[in-house]
Amino acid sequence: MSRLERLRDSDLWHSFTASPVTVIAAIVAILMVLAAALAQAIAPHDPFNPSTLNLMDGFTRPGEEGAGSGATFVLGTDNQGRDLLSAILYGAQVSLIVGIASVIFSVLLGVSLGLLAGYLGGRTEAVIMRIADVQLSFPAILVALLVFGVARGVIPPAYQENATLIVLVIAIGLSNWAQYARTVRGSTLVEKSKDYVAAARVIGLGSLPVMRKHVWPNVSGPVVVIATINLALAIIEEATLSFLGVGMPPTQPSLGTLIRIGQQYLFSGEWWILFFPAFTLILLALSINLLGDWLRDALDPKMR
Amino acid sequence: MFAYAAKSLSQGLLVLLVVSALAFSMFRFVGDPIANMMGQEATQQDRRELAEHLGLNDSVPTQYARFIGAALRGDFGVSYRQARKVSDLIAEKLPATIELAVLSALFATVCGVALGVYAAIRRDGWLAHLVMSASLVGVSLPTFLIGIGLIYLFAVELRWLPSFGRGDTVKIGWWSTGLLTTTGLKSLIMPVLTLGFFQLTLIMRLTRAQMLETMRTEYVRFARARGIPEQTIRFRHALKNTMVPVITIAGLQLGSVIAFAIVTETVFQWPGLGSLFVNAVQFVDIPVMAAYLMFVAFVFVVVNLAVDLAYFILDPRIRTGAAAAKR
Repeated sequence: MSRLERLRDSDLWHSFTASPVTVIAAIVAILMVLAAALAQAIAPHDPFNPSTLNLMDGFTRPGEEGAGSGATFVLGTDNQGRDLLSAILYGAQVSLIVGIASVIFSVLLGVSLGLLAGYLGGRTEAVIMRIADVQLSFPAILVALLVFGVARGVIPPAYQENATLIVLVIAIGLSNWAQYARTVRGSTLVEKSKDYVAAARVIGLGSLPVMRKHVWPNVSGPVVVIATINLALAIIEEATLSFLGVGMPPTQPSLGTLIRIGQQYLFSGEWWILFFPAFTLILLALSINLLGDWLRDALDPKMR
Repeated sequence: MFAYAAKSLSQGLLVLLVVSALAFSMFRFVGDPIANMMGQEATQQDRRELAEHLGLNDSVPTQYARFIGAALRGDFGVSYRQARKVSDLIAEKLPATIELAVLSALFATVCGVALGVYAAIRRDGWLAHLVMSASLVGVSLPTFLIGIGLIYLFAVELRWLPSFGRGDTVKIGWWSTGLLTTTGLKSLIMPVLTLGFFQLTLIMRLTRAQMLETMRTEYVRFARARGIPEQTIRFRHALKNTMVPVITIAGLQLGSVIAFAIVTETVFQWPGLGSLFVNAVQFVDIPVMAAYLMFVAFVFVVVNLAVDLAYFILDPRIRTGAAAAKR
């Protein structure tokens, strides 16, 4: 049986096709991720090359021609005459990069700490889990803001704009690792007492190889589910930080930065500068959220 | 009772100690306090004098002890950016945030419990279904977009409510309140709705789930068998047991209330602690950041303690458990 056939026969595929909402969410999510990934190739304009901008095109309504260049802008332009569709494609790309990278960062950190805590036990466990408790009791956005503020104080001003993306990834990643650590520690405690772990130890494997090669594959299921749901949360968190003015700078905008810019023009009637980035953000977060919900239900044996 | 309270108190103190160490290290090791306070024309002599004056030449543990001593007296130094005492800044912004947070928590709890109980009793009614699906969408909406949506509807289109600030405030001692003027009350509506919305969905879903679970228990069936009217069972017997977990979660949510207050205050330009903090982060105003961190931790510990005590009062099983342990 080929891999494709095996997939089509699996429970996962059946529960996927049985839920129309999930299928739609998956299609929307894949289309948006593809569009964002290919932003450089498919965007009709280059919104970040000042030489191609025409200030006379500013505030063009959706679908109309710019007063300066005469080009048509499907979703209109912002105050500087940047094509909004292109800006959104590039912005979604930045949002997704930050979101995915920060989830990977928090998974790596949380899983390693969780494995260490569960497998080694004792004082290591006590220290790691106490830190996780304190971290969980503080809201993610507050932790991220603090990390961001500290990073600003430490990094020399000349490098700050280029470092923002990395700082955001670390800030958001550091505010979300505890959940993985808790889950992984819990399942590690269960796995640790099983015979295969004892067998691996008997043949002389050290703690690290046992954790990596034997325990980890057996505790990774829930991590995938939490990571999917957290991806939506991380994207929203990044947008919130950028909206607060402590995220991506206007020269390299994410969806949150675009919403921040758009908010300034809400009162003067230029609604599209705010509406389209906001709509994109909601659609992205909602479709990933729905996928995560489905994955949780499909992988959780108690729900079957 | 005493042992129980002492245990939660000692846990709270530990959290405060950890957070104060964090705040202190931010204060001491992020950036250069002297460069931040003196400006560029300061001479080497001035720098040395200020370092001596601030006690930066002492050992780190001594400085930490002094930091805690000062924090206990409510002294968090001087804001780098505004050149005012941080404690004054906080006292000035505190009333705005407290009024916002308390009113939104009240709104969320009252409406959340009412809707949750309704959704549990009329489980299959269309209104219950509508409320449940609306709450799902509400959870995936970012707070700042809800705020912007409200501004667009009520301030830009309908022009009913002001879109920013607190309106007119009245001073009662050092406390400035927006509750006594019409513009103040009007300004409160949208921020309270925005901040309360997230908690509301959470409290509502929780109340519904707990209520459904309680209605299935033995003692409710027994009460029914005795012929006690359904209304009495629901509100006298079931609701009371539903409230214990709801109050815990609502109390523990206070952390997120503070976090969402940061966002809400920025959207509505509400002159509270949250916007003070965001500005501090933007301009790396470390003393303000450190003080805010300590403040949040303090509120957190106090609320946790209050929740623990409320547990004790509401749930007789914990009371008897403690008494039994003593014996």
